[in-house]
Amino acid sequence: MALIDLANPTRFLRLVNAVLPWLAAATAILFAIGLYRAVGAPDDYQQGATVKIMFLHVPAAWLGMMGWGLMSVAALGTLVWRHPLADVAGKAAAPIGAAFTFICLVTGSLWGRPTWGTYWVWDARLTSMLVLLLLYLGVLALYWTAEDPGRGARAAAILSLVGAVNLPIIKFSVDWWNTLHQPASILRTGGSAIDPSILTPLLIMAAAFTCLFFTLHLAVMRNEILRRRVRTMQLMEAQRFAEAGA
Amino acid sequence: MRGATSHDHIFDPETRVNALLALLLRDMRLSIRVGGGALMGALFFLIVVVMMPFAVGPDLNLLARIGPAILWLGALLASLLALDRLFAVDHEDGSLDLLMMGAMPLELAVLAKAIAHWLTTALPLVIIAPVLGLMLNVELKAMGVIALTLLAGTPALTFIGLIGAALSVALRRGGLLLAVLVLPLTIPVLIFGVAAANAAIVGPAPFGPPFTILCALSLGSLVLGPVAAAAALRHGLE
Repeated sequence: MALIDLANPTRFLRLVNAVLPWLAAATAILFAIGLYRAVGAPDDYQQGATVKIMFLHVPAAWLGMMGWGLMSVAALGTLVWRHPLADVAGKAAAPIGAAFTFICLVTGSLWGRPTWGTYWVWDARLTSMLVLLLLYLGVLALYWTAEDPGRGARAAAILSLVGAVNLPIIKFSVDWWNTLHQPASILRTGGSAIDPSILTPLLIMAAAFTCLFFTLHLAVMRNEILRRRVRTMQLMEAQRFAEAGA
Repeated sequence: MRGATSHDHIFDPETRVNALLALLLRDMRLSIRVGGGALMGALFFLIVVVMMPFAVGPDLNLLARIGPAILWLGALLASLLALDRLFAVDHEDGSLDLLMMGAMPLELAVLAKAIAHWLTTALPLVIIAPVLGLMLNVELKAMGVIALTLLAGTPALTFIGLIGAALSVALRRGGLLLAVLVLPLTIPVLIFGVAAANAAIVGPAPFGPPFTILCALSLGSLVLGPVAAAAALRHGLE
């Protein structure tokens, strides 16, 4: 099935309704295996059991960044190919990406308390994720303030692309700023190779988070399409009412 | 060879430059005259800097140490404040529609407007920054450096802000939305601006790398800003 076939919302909804239960089931199974393996993973010799926060923290960070990537691709779809579903996909990705970024920040903060002794440090990676969250919130603010959905979607698409260009620059500058201000004293330089007993559960959890992301994404897209239909029907109803009155 | 159309004269480079200059001068004249509010940004800058000692205390040593940061933050906020008017006034009186329908590429028209905006709102900030530095107990020789970093960095603020201004006029929303959209994107400019100023004043890091990156940010946003802003206007106001 070509991508252009999905431009028909009815066909897309049929596909979503067929795929969604399977995707949700895969998510549940992967989470069950991943969490079981994560609980069974050995504790860190210094950090103890708190290292298990990593199994939530790292996948959330990956998915938070992937959300912006998805929005950028959707933005190209909106602006270049004018694919009708692209702006729905972009709009649906924004709150989910923001939520994953937020989970990453909260778990990072909770992880920082026992290991660094404080809830927040201006660590380069934490700061970059915080800026990513701020950019997500900017896109969400754009959607909230736009009266016309199409116009808001195009504005958000441009902002997504500008953000995609800017994010690596922000990441680089924050890294630079961080090494300038605080030399690496808090983060101990651990071994670069991760032991398989940790890596395998981490990858399973990453797969589970990815499935969760796409399950939520498809569900939100479906809701958005239905919401637009309701809006169109309401507008038609109002017009009919006005014509009948006149 | 295509048949001559009425728009062919605009492809003549000289005519195009003349058109750009005319737009630039028009915008500058409008912002200097009554109701233009060109110096409002500078006044806001002054007030922000004056508020700072009330917040952190009148300790001159502390003020001297954080002086570059205060000046940069003040300039960032002041240039942000003025962005609201960049397209909004033209949109209200319809001249923005004329620009969009005109034969001049919208990117170039937007660029001319941005340069005019920089000359009338950001350049005054650069000029009064040394005077404000005096009040913050920044050393005399350091003030030239701070002004230099502002001169190199404020174009980036204007051209990034240009995108936000175009988006907010397309959505007919201004004020806080503009700040929310633009401020996170200006973080690199702030980082390298303050870092270059501090490097020159207290060291020990060299002044060159952050300053050249600051220039690179300005040049990069000079390219990205007008293109994205023109796209925002085209998609938003069609």
